[in-house]
Amino acid sequence: MSNPAIGALRQSGSLFALVLDVIRSLPKRPFQTKEFIQQCWFIASVTIVPTALVSIPFGAVIALQLGTLTRQLGAQSFTGAASVLAVIREASPIVTALLIAGAGGSAICADLGSRKIREEIDAMEVLGISPIQRLVVPRVLAAMLVALLLNGLVSVVGVAGGYFFNVIIQGGTPGAYIASFTALAQLADLWTSEIKAVIFGFIAAVVASYKGLTAGGGPKGVGDAVNQSVVITFMFLFVVNFVASAVYFQVVPQKI
Amino acid sequence: MGVEIKVEGLTKRFGSQVIWNDVSLTLPAGEISVMLGPSGTGKSVFLKTLVGLLKPDAGSIMIEGRDLTRLREHDLYEIRKLFGVLFQDGALFGSMNLYDNVAFPLREHTRKSESEVRTIVMEKMDLVGLTGAESKLPGEISGGMRKRAGLARALVLDPEILLIDEPDSGLDPVRTSYINQLFIDLNAQIDATFLIVTHDINSTRTVPDNIGLLYHKHLAMFGPREMLLSSEEPVVRQFLNAQTIGPIGMSEEKDADELAAEARSGQELPPLPPIPLQLGTSDGAPRRGERPAGQWCRDNGITPPPGSFHSHNAGVPGVRHTEPTAPTEPAPTEPAPTEPAPTEPAPTAEAVRSS
Repeated sequence: MSNPAIGALRQSGSLFALVLDVIRSLPKRPFQTKEFIQQCWFIASVTIVPTALVSIPFGAVIALQLGTLTRQLGAQSFTGAASVLAVIREASPIVTALLIAGAGGSAICADLGSRKIREEIDAMEVLGISPIQRLVVPRVLAAMLVALLLNGLVSVVGVAGGYFFNVIIQGGTPGAYIASFTALAQLADLWTSEIKAVIFGFIAAVVASYKGLTAGGGPKGVGDAVNQSVVITFMFLFVVNFVASAVYFQVVPQKI
Repeated sequence: MGVEIKVEGLTKRFGSQVIWNDVSLTLPAGEISVMLGPSGTGKSVFLKTLVGLLKPDAGSIMIEGRDLTRLREHDLYEIRKLFGVLFQDGALFGSMNLYDNVAFPLREHTRKSESEVRTIVMEKMDLVGLTGAESKLPGEISGGMRKRAGLARALVLDPEILLIDEPDSGLDPVRTSYINQLFIDLNAQIDATFLIVTHDINSTRTVPDNIGLLYHKHLAMFGPREMLLSSEEPVVRQFLNAQTIGPIGMSEEKDADELAAEARSGQELPPLPPIPLQLGTSDGAPRRGERPAGQWCRDNGITPPPGSFHSHNAGVPGVRHTEPTAPTEPAPTEPAPTEPAPTEPAPTAEAVRSS
């Protein structure tokens, strides 16, 4: 406690210990199917609408920027290609991550945190049931699955929003916009995007669970835990996103 | 049945703050023990350490020949099946109704059919007097009911060891008496080892077979009930009789100056009140841990305070007891209201009890 550096190291140490515990508990039976389905439904229900609403303007902004830029460069025929690439490669996993962390992660953290301060977690351990296997694993898997599906949703809505703004608002050519989709983008982009989303879902759920399970100090402690979990997740996500993108460019050969 | 817990040199710190140091005691199999202590002396921490929720910094906890502090996680989960724990607020799962809460350990750990589960759950709910409240959510019921539901859940797996954290906090005196009677009857019935953490003196004087007192970061004393109730040790005496005179101060222990001032002013602890009879089972059946009243005092050549072993509430702070002039007369179970009460009730007893 005296040295903040040691405190931070200890925190990250226990966070990674939880990651290992979660991975180790994954294959353990019995799998909590009911909890998993409930959590999927819960996380999806708190994230779907905000995600769709965020991804429309996100796609539109990209389309607006690119529409102007390509006209200045005289490369209007590549507007569609560039906007698809931007939405699928970066915008969509990031939007998914923000929503999974902000809406799903905060709810997971608040739920586990309030259970922790009511001693429910302790009671569960005393009853001989591992809270990691029983509560954390289904939540982590649910967040990963929902992130995967949300990423698809964001990609579709984002591209559609881009199309709408480019074609209807900026008066672009519909045929050229759609025809150029495959000029730069390839299937690997979609895979990468989905893999990123799954990783982000995992991180968001694990950090939220960690913060929830270590909450202390009454209701205020839960509030602090939720706040910290969202902030920490965001920082993690952007770093991991950068690393994942860098790896992607090394591993996947680009077109042209 | 019942399992002995042998604690040796147990020490717990949070950071640099010592909670308690070098605690050694043996909870005898099948007996009821009470752990007492002023607020904030780590009684709950002690209880959580006993089930392995918190890791001690030193020492060992031996249960069935295994050291709980050195078990691997998997074995720890196994050995916890011996335990039933009642947490302070019941620690019920907020998303489940009372029935599902009580059924939870059965569904997780046994392959019993739903109808068998139902029989057991209903039996335990009836035992704690919660029949008819099965479909209520924990948020909808009072603290006392939550506590009783928590007890029912702790009992469904027929534990060998029952740890109970402050059963009487938030309960009215009548319900406290009922729950104390329930502990005695349960102990006779399932023969488990009980450890009750509390600071209710009334319960402490009449319920347990053994009493321990945690004070000032160590275990001040642990032993048979009669040993502590007849003890002249200042801390034990002050605590068990709820006095302001003695080493325990408002915040922590008193410093030397305060104690010296106390000694100069000529204040002394009042004489030891009589030791009450131990609470018996409601059907009169003997318990395994039960010993005849006064046995320990006779064996150890201690003269119990006059008037001891005559009633169930003698010496309870706030309760007037008869002048110990005629110890040969038949023991009244309740002090007659017409009798004079020359022994002044402890002046601070009410204040301490209500705090």
